[in-house]
Amino acid sequence: MVQVRIGGPLASMAGGLTRFELEASNIREILTGLGEACPRLKPVLEQGVTVAIDGELYRNAWFQPVKPDSEIYILPRMAGG
Amino acid sequence: MPLDAADRPKTSFKQVGTRPLRPDGIDKVTGRARFGADANAPGMLIGKILRSPHAHARIRKIDASKALALPGVKAVVTKDDFAPRDDDLADVLVNVMARDKALYHGHAVAAVAATSVQVARKALALIAVDYEVLPHVTDVDEAMKPNAPVIRDGLITKGVDPALTKASNVAERYEFGHGDVKAGFAQAEVVVEREFKTEATHQGYIEPHACLANVGSDGTGELWVCTQGHYMVRDNCARLLGMDLSKLRVTASEIGGGFGGKTTVFIEPVALALSRKAGRPVKLVMTRDEVFLATGPTSSTSMMVKIGAKKDGTIAAAEALFKYQGGAFPGSPAQFGAMTAFACYDLKNVKVIAYDVLCNRPKQAAYRAPGAPMAAFAVESVMAELGAKLGLDPIDFRRRNAAKQGTKAVYGPTFGPIGFVETLDAVKNHPNYKKPLSKNQGRGIASGFWFNFGGQTCVSLNIGTDGTVNLALGTPDIGGSRASMAMMAAEELGIPYDQVRAVVTDTSSLGYNDVTDGSRVTFAAGAATIHAARDAVRKLCARAARTWGIPEDAVVWENGHAKPAGANAGNHKPLSLKEISGSAGSTGGPIAGHHEFNAENAGPSFATHVVDVEVDPETGRTTVLRYLIAQDAGKAVHPSYVEGQFQGGAAQGVGWALNEEYVYGKDGRLQNAGFLDYRIPVASDMPMIDTIILEVPNPGHPYGVRGVGETSIVPPLAAVANAVSDAVGVRLSSVPYSPPKVLKALNGRMKAAAE
Amino acid sequence: MAGIHVTTTINGDTVEYVCQPDETLLDVLRDRLGLTGAKEGCGTGDCGACSVTLDGRLVCSCLVLGAEAEGRAIATVEGLADGETLHPLQRKFLEHAALQCGVCTPGFLVAAKALLDRNLNPTESEVRYWLAGNLCRCTGYDKIVRAVLDTAAEMRESRNAA
Repeated sequence: MVQVRIGGPLASMAGGLTRFELEASNIREILTGLGEACPRLKPVLEQGVTVAIDGELYRNAWFQPVKPDSEIYILPRMAGG
Repeated sequence: MPLDAADRPKTSFKQVGTRPLRPDGIDKVTGRARFGADANAPGMLIGKILRSPHAHARIRKIDASKALALPGVKAVVTKDDFAPRDDDLADVLVNVMARDKALYHGHAVAAVAATSVQVARKALALIAVDYEVLPHVTDVDEAMKPNAPVIRDGLITKGVDPALTKASNVAERYEFGHGDVKAGFAQAEVVVEREFKTEATHQGYIEPHACLANVGSDGTGELWVCTQGHYMVRDNCARLLGMDLSKLRVTASEIGGGFGGKTTVFIEPVALALSRKAGRPVKLVMTRDEVFLATGPTSSTSMMVKIGAKKDGTIAAAEALFKYQGGAFPGSPAQFGAMTAFACYDLKNVKVIAYDVLCNRPKQAAYRAPGAPMAAFAVESVMAELGAKLGLDPIDFRRRNAAKQGTKAVYGPTFGPIGFVETLDAVKNHPNYKKPLSKNQGRGIASGFWFNFGGQTCVSLNIGTDGTVNLALGTPDIGGSRASMAMMAAEELGIPYDQVRAVVTDTSSLGYNDVTDGSRVTFAAGAATIHAARDAVRKLCARAARTWGIPEDAVVWENGHAKPAGANAGNHKPLSLKEISGSAGSTGGPIAGHHEFNAENAGPSFATHVVDVEVDPETGRTTVLRYLIAQDAGKAVHPSYVEGQFQGGAAQGVGWALNEEYVYGKDGRLQNAGFLDYRIPVASDMPMIDTIILEVPNPGHPYGVRGVGETSIVPPLAAVANAVSDAVGVRLSSVPYSPPKVLKALNGRMKAAAE
Repeated sequence: MAGIHVTTTINGDTVEYVCQPDETLLDVLRDRLGLTGAKEGCGTGDCGACSVTLDGRLVCSCLVLGAEAEGRAIATVEGLADGETLHPLQRKFLEHAALQCGVCTPGFLVAAKALLDRNLNPTESEVRYWLAGNLCRCTGYDKIVRAVLDTAAEMRESRNAA
């Protein structure tokens, strides 16, 4: 199981829930699991989000592995200038 | 490609860290380099766009019959030439060509293609548009009031739970933070709370948007365009015009600056539509006033920041409210303001709320560290005031609260290795920090943060039979990246820099590449180049192994040569890259290396700026005397261009701090759409800009590189504001610190003292 | 409108063209003569990207009419180098990394040459004020000013040696 935290504005779309426990070994499994646990989040997840794993930001990396003790945050989609 | 834990960034280099001449240099100093407006085609028409004179108006009817009757006019396009959409490109399309409403002064409503620019201009005047003028709003605070005209019918604020039911101009609410802010402020012994506003500023690239479109009747097309990302242009234009991606070939011209402003499409779909309709090539070049009116400036903002500290200088709590308007469309960088605002500090109790707000202004576009400079202006201004109240040196105050590896960032995650404290120590130890100041002179300090991004990247490296190398890149070169890429390829291959030629290819030659943004190119395309070179080296070693008749794993690559290695390799004379590539035709064909990936782990970059100013009490004019930047580059590949990024960002920030602002009239029209009235810094406004490059390696890059392009614009607004405050004791609640505003504050203070 | 016939000298060569009365010298150079080194950054004389010299005087070619070039001598960035040999300013701009995107560079080079033609020993302030009509958004001007000062020093040295 991994602990997934919903960062910032996405929490309001998750009905105020900020923590989820999921069975997942990579980002794709986290996103699939989150969408099932919280259908309201699903469209947001499909539009694209940023996933922070142990402080590193991942924007599009389905197969990035996560470990049970990884710090995982789901953040809004991000882009620079 | 994620690195193995054991694969630490390389630390010893032969070429990386030197300062060779750039490969595109000769072309750029002789006038040969071809920018967006420098291309022509046989039979070419000139395109021109008609723009709304109103800030907000319903378009009842467009009658182009008189324009079409004018000799020399070959095509007119309006919204009817683009199919409406409800997907991720819906707003992009509405911005490209207004549909039922003109949403801002300068919004495109129609376009013509004609045989000359003179005819095209005449034709625009003959297009009759029937407008019903609507109430407008251009100020972010006004736009949030309950009685404000609602720009987008039925817009319900996202991010509010339970969901709102009444439409407004607030597109989204964001909240970040952790800890207990109320409890934190209860422990604070000194609290400073201030409100701030910043005006919209433009990226101000010197080259206006330009393109040359040529669409055939068979549904294939070519586009020459100045852009930060020609794959983005291809994908967006092809989708908007209903073309196959593979049938639109986009070539990126040399680009005359972008700073985020060329990361979307404006005129390109219009030029393609005109060309398709007219059956001839169409060149479309914006004028400077069109650039100001209709391409993305950054957000204007209204902000509140409150920070409380204990007497020992420890911050007990911090809170902020950010309102960012992003023009007539959702998507202002309010969330980035919220996420970056306190990123420099290790805070136990912090809460940030931000709103993305619509106004009748042009759709904002990314501008160098989008959203961060404004938030940093507010936070770092309050930090200066709070530090002064506590009687602490500004560097010591920041250092006491500085984010380090292991700090929980305001936006959630925990920082890995970062170099913020290093920037503070570096400026404190620099001679500029100790220089004595005279009357009316002051020193300002501010720090800044930017995330940096990676993204999709595809690179090819082809080795010629003479041993020289072509490096094909898909990321337009804005600031010397071809030099950095060639250096990294040469470093890996062990050959001289001048034997690698880096070229930005068209969209048909390489796989997809994300735009040049997010300070990503030296990081992401650099890593792809290194991996492509390593791929080529594997193949070179394999050819040597076959030539020698030994196993591939018995060959190593050193200093540009394949060498036998290990007990059973035997004794063979090393083969150079030139020798191996020279016989490539006989050993298995051409030798090339490739790499395609989605780069992650970009590694944030922090900076601290120190600026000395002198304020003329007679005029309120601020002169920048000295400027010092310390920033973490991870590893500087070409230090001259790293310094250039630091210096350029600082100068843009100084412009934002002292002069630049969009000025709107009561009629909602932009009053200063030109470089005379929108004044960017000129050479005589700036001093030399001292730089300190710090290198705290980014574990996510083979050489430790971090992006450097954006962080440099984050600190200057507050640094300048803090310096003016230090010089003459006035603090304004808004930038720019323009002479009339500073003078008014000075006079107000004198008047108060006299009373 | 009837075209105007113009005979002029550009970078030492005699050139003839026909232009419209309302056509700027910049339009003529770029669109009729294929000399696209001068850039249009604003069209209002505010950015200096279109700088050329007209009888030795530094002008914004967007503020000069093509017809005004009759009988005059125009110098553009294309005429700065002597064949394969770069002008010292061009060389120093490269050595100092005084360009990032490079779109303002032709204007800066033409303007800087006009300065050094008059004053081979300018102070930093003189360089900054002379170049104040040329906008650069990338560099913050530091490396441009250094390149011009370094060129002046080198040209003084080679003049003294000669």
